[in-house]
Amino acid sequence: MFENLTDRLEGVFKRLRGHGILTEENIQEAMGEVRMALLEADVNFKVAKDFVATVTRKAVGQEVAQSLAPGQQVIKVVHEELVALLGGNTELIRLDGRQPVTIMMAGLQGSGKTTTSGKLAKMLRDKGRRPYLVPADIYRPAAIEQLRILGERLDIPVHPSTGETKPVDICRQALAVAETKNYDTLIIDTAGRLHVDEALMNELKEIQSAIHLSEVLFVADAMTGQDAVTVADKFNQDLEITGVILTKMEGDARGGAALSIKNVTGKPIKFVGMGEGLDALEIFHPDRAASRILGMGDVLTLIEKAEAVVDQKKADKLAQKLKKSQFSLEDFLEQIQQIKKMGSLQQILGMIPGINKLKQLKDAPQPDEKELVKTEAIICSMTLKERRNHQIISSGRRQRIADGSGTTVMDVNRVLKSYTAMLKMMKKMRGKPGLVSGMKRRKLPKGLRK
Amino acid sequence: MLGWFKKKFTKKEAPTLPIQDLPADQPSLEETHIPETPSAREQPPERHDQKDSPVTEGPVTAKPVPDSTSMFKRLSERLAKTRDSLIYRMDTLFLGKKVIDTELLDDLEELLITADLGVTTTTELLDHARRRVKRKELSDPALLKEVLKEKIRSFITDSTRPAELVMPESGPFVIMVIGVNGVGKTTTIGKIAHKFLSSGQSVMLVAADTFRAAAVAQLQIWGERNNIKVVSHKDGADPSSVVYDALATAKAENYDVVLVDTAGRLHTQTNLIEELRKIKRVMGKQLPGAPHEVMLVIDATTGQNGISQAKLFNEAVEVTGITLTKLDGTAKGGIVANICRDLKIPIRFIGIGEQLEDLRDFDPDEFIEALFQKKADDSTQPAA
Repeated sequence: MFENLTDRLEGVFKRLRGHGILTEENIQEAMGEVRMALLEADVNFKVAKDFVATVTRKAVGQEVAQSLAPGQQVIKVVHEELVALLGGNTELIRLDGRQPVTIMMAGLQGSGKTTTSGKLAKMLRDKGRRPYLVPADIYRPAAIEQLRILGERLDIPVHPSTGETKPVDICRQALAVAETKNYDTLIIDTAGRLHVDEALMNELKEIQSAIHLSEVLFVADAMTGQDAVTVADKFNQDLEITGVILTKMEGDARGGAALSIKNVTGKPIKFVGMGEGLDALEIFHPDRAASRILGMGDVLTLIEKAEAVVDQKKADKLAQKLKKSQFSLEDFLEQIQQIKKMGSLQQILGMIPGINKLKQLKDAPQPDEKELVKTEAIICSMTLKERRNHQIISSGRRQRIADGSGTTVMDVNRVLKSYTAMLKMMKKMRGKPGLVSGMKRRKLPKGLRK
Repeated sequence: MLGWFKKKFTKKEAPTLPIQDLPADQPSLEETHIPETPSAREQPPERHDQKDSPVTEGPVTAKPVPDSTSMFKRLSERLAKTRDSLIYRMDTLFLGKKVIDTELLDDLEELLITADLGVTTTTELLDHARRRVKRKELSDPALLKEVLKEKIRSFITDSTRPAELVMPESGPFVIMVIGVNGVGKTTTIGKIAHKFLSSGQSVMLVAADTFRAAAVAQLQIWGERNNIKVVSHKDGADPSSVVYDALATAKAENYDVVLVDTAGRLHTQTNLIEELRKIKRVMGKQLPGAPHEVMLVIDATTGQNGISQAKLFNEAVEVTGITLTKLDGTAKGGIVANICRDLKIPIRFIGIGEQLEDLRDFDPDEFIEALFQKKADDSTQPAA
């Protein structure tokens, strides 16, 4: 997410840093470019205008001119304002108060409400809640069926709605079921609707007045253009939304909607959808997003992701093995699988500070997802004996492994070669205390992540 | 407006005309006034109305005169009230203006950017205008509007491909529908099917979205609504094999039109784009020349990302036409002007609702007129 915006802004700031002293004109000019970059990223026209005006006022007014690194100072102002624009503090979903908690999803057609309902249910279940999915989209063909299938895949109960029941009645019935069956979190998936369709907007209002809603989440597509603000504003006026979920952020959308919606509605972005997988929902952190936009990376999220997939005991065991140079091909395979669990290589790399500059280099190595899959297939095609002792892998065995994994002997050789190179490196590191000491458990910030 | 049917239909239409008029209980507006000859169909009288009075005739303000043939008629009846409160016409910008000044150009900039036309294109358009003003070629604000419209029009209509669908001489006409998630591919297919059916063609649907939960079921319901055959395998099947089998059936059973629904995918997911390539290849194997149309569906609310979508899809499977959906909201879909301009691909249809008949042929003039409407953000009353 945000990559394109990041590229544009980095160009502007690079020029700013080049100046020893910043005149007002320098700043004005740079801010003109920032405005262009924001507009290209679909930030709302008015929001972009106000943003640039604020930053300019602060940058020109402050002691930027006297500062030793005036360029840096301007970037700091931009960063602060970006965080403010994106909503300041991380806002979590409210699960306290009246039980069962009821969460209603609302938004335009095709914004991803149903898929997000499934993802949210999974996230909350993993956190120890007992979610109940309530399909209330009686209009789109097979929408109820879609949520039912998602529930089945996730092993989360779904209310048996029918297309003949009014959505408000579905919600009432579901609430009654939840109370008898002791479900503590209702997630209501409503039909996609246009903000200008008064009849359908009234339907949501009806639900809102019929049952107590803890959260009304507005689901918006990250690729939305200037209209995002109009739509969000209308939903907010009609329904008093409590938060926003931005979907499809894994693409190359520049995320301007993210920057505008909070500003216009005053309601925080709570989650972002990062893929079609049912665990691809993340808590939105405004400060981290701002850092990412400015090309500063997002190490915190990277660490959290690693912690989420790495089993601490396994990691300790691995560290022991590394110390004794007993790193087998089996361990190698495990490592690969963990990396894959963290998300795509592109996503992981995107979180590393400065990586953006590296990407601009001509011959920068492109992360190759396929290479990872290939290596995995090759190791999987080895016998346990081979995995534990690579030295027994003769040329005959190599041919067999290549055939079994659908690769060539050359590929097998390459995997073995990089594995032996790794072993050698580990031997060198041995005896230097502190270099390989396993992953230290870091205290997690308060959040939904386990 | 139904000109794209002409190639094949002129032959076919004559005998089926009486039957065809009966089942069309909710015929698209053009058809209600069709004079007998197909050639007259292409230039229905209503288009002249719009050209004569571009100022009063338009999506939002279309009066509920029974004879009104604006493509937004049905829509305007349903949504006019709310939309009117959100939108007022650009003419208010020009109201009382005698000269072109900075303020007017600034307002125009906001209007064009807000319509998702993009900052680069907007700057280019306004620079063009500024230059002409400077050279004293242009001083009348009303003329300025026309100049801008003409320029945008040239972007949209300058495509290297025929603007109308051309059906093959023989065998089924295969349309492959692609796009990112949630743009309305399946709904569009249901509506396109209806369009072909009401002109007497036999249509088959192919459920090649085997990924998303219940996508097959969704298409099947559209098949039921149209009362036509839907070819599908199980959820999770290889979409290419579905398509391969479906085209074999279409050939054997002599279907006129085959509509293939693919899974929504982001243009940046290389493996899924690769899958799309494969689907296209497989079609060509089963039926040389297929797909005859690769239709990219773009959501009108899409911002600048639309260009990236169109480019990457085009690189992968060579897009031949665009359908712009969800134009019944407040979004203008200005991004398609950039897409058409960059890739020279024509826009075929627009989607304006969820009903079977809510698909219209694209009309550049009406589209541009709608672009030049502005959100009401001050006390200005909408020009009713």
